[in-house]
Amino acid sequence: MWVYEKKLQYPAKVGRANLQMAKYLITQYGGPDGELAAALRYLTQRYNMPTPQAKGILTDIGTEEMAHLEIIATLVFKLMERATVDEIKRAGLGGYYADHDKSLFYVNGDGVPWTAAYIQAKGDPVADLHEDMAAEEKARATYQWLIDLSDDPDLNDTLKFLREREIVHFQRFGETLQIVQEYIDCKKVY
Amino acid sequence: MNREQLCQLKELMALEFTALELHLYLDTHPTDQRALMDYNSVVQQLTIARQRYQERYGPITYGEPSAYPWQWINEPWPWEICYE
Repeated sequence: MWVYEKKLQYPAKVGRANLQMAKYLITQYGGPDGELAAALRYLTQRYNMPTPQAKGILTDIGTEEMAHLEIIATLVFKLMERATVDEIKRAGLGGYYADHDKSLFYVNGDGVPWTAAYIQAKGDPVADLHEDMAAEEKARATYQWLIDLSDDPDLNDTLKFLREREIVHFQRFGETLQIVQEYIDCKKVY
Repeated sequence: MNREQLCQLKELMALEFTALELHLYLDTHPTDQRALMDYNSVVQQLTIARQRYQERYGPITYGEPSAYPWQWINEPWPWEICYE
């Protein structure tokens, strides 16, 4: 089971309302390398992991991704909060507004809805952990491009925290892969 | 949210993050005794800080006592806080 904590993992700061950034940033909510994809990928892959370390790390990183999803939601919410319809139209978010007003929805920066096709659970722990490492690197790169797109130091502070987390998760998945490889190799020796 | 509460909340967030970082590390290094000692020491501080915060400002998670009326629904929610 899961238990909610009524606080963010890291302060979600926004210097000023910025619809253009909201449009870009929402890809980390419902895009291919976003936090929803990450959370759901790890939490569904954990069932077939062969070692306790792998079961633990997928559960815990999957859970942390839910906390990141909440940070992204908060950032987008704050960036859009006081926007007028005119500003929304000018930022190219008219289509989004027609479907969702200013609610949060799982889409990428171009409005494409989230799909389970973004993720995989192969049943082969080596294949899954390689996917997870790639996913962390892709998310890190996405945060880098978002930082490049933004000129808001407050927003960038939060994005840099999230970028850093991808690096740490990549490291932990790499260690997990090694543990799993050793476990598999060890089983082959009779 | 007043400055003092925000300050205490941020302290709590930082402590909990420290515990999480060590937690993930221990998942793949379960026999690292120094990391485990650090973890246990952070968790002890975290328990005290969380209890102190909740006594003053109400529950931030499930299974915690509440004053009357039910405090869980008190605003602001995490996305409504100005973190500056």
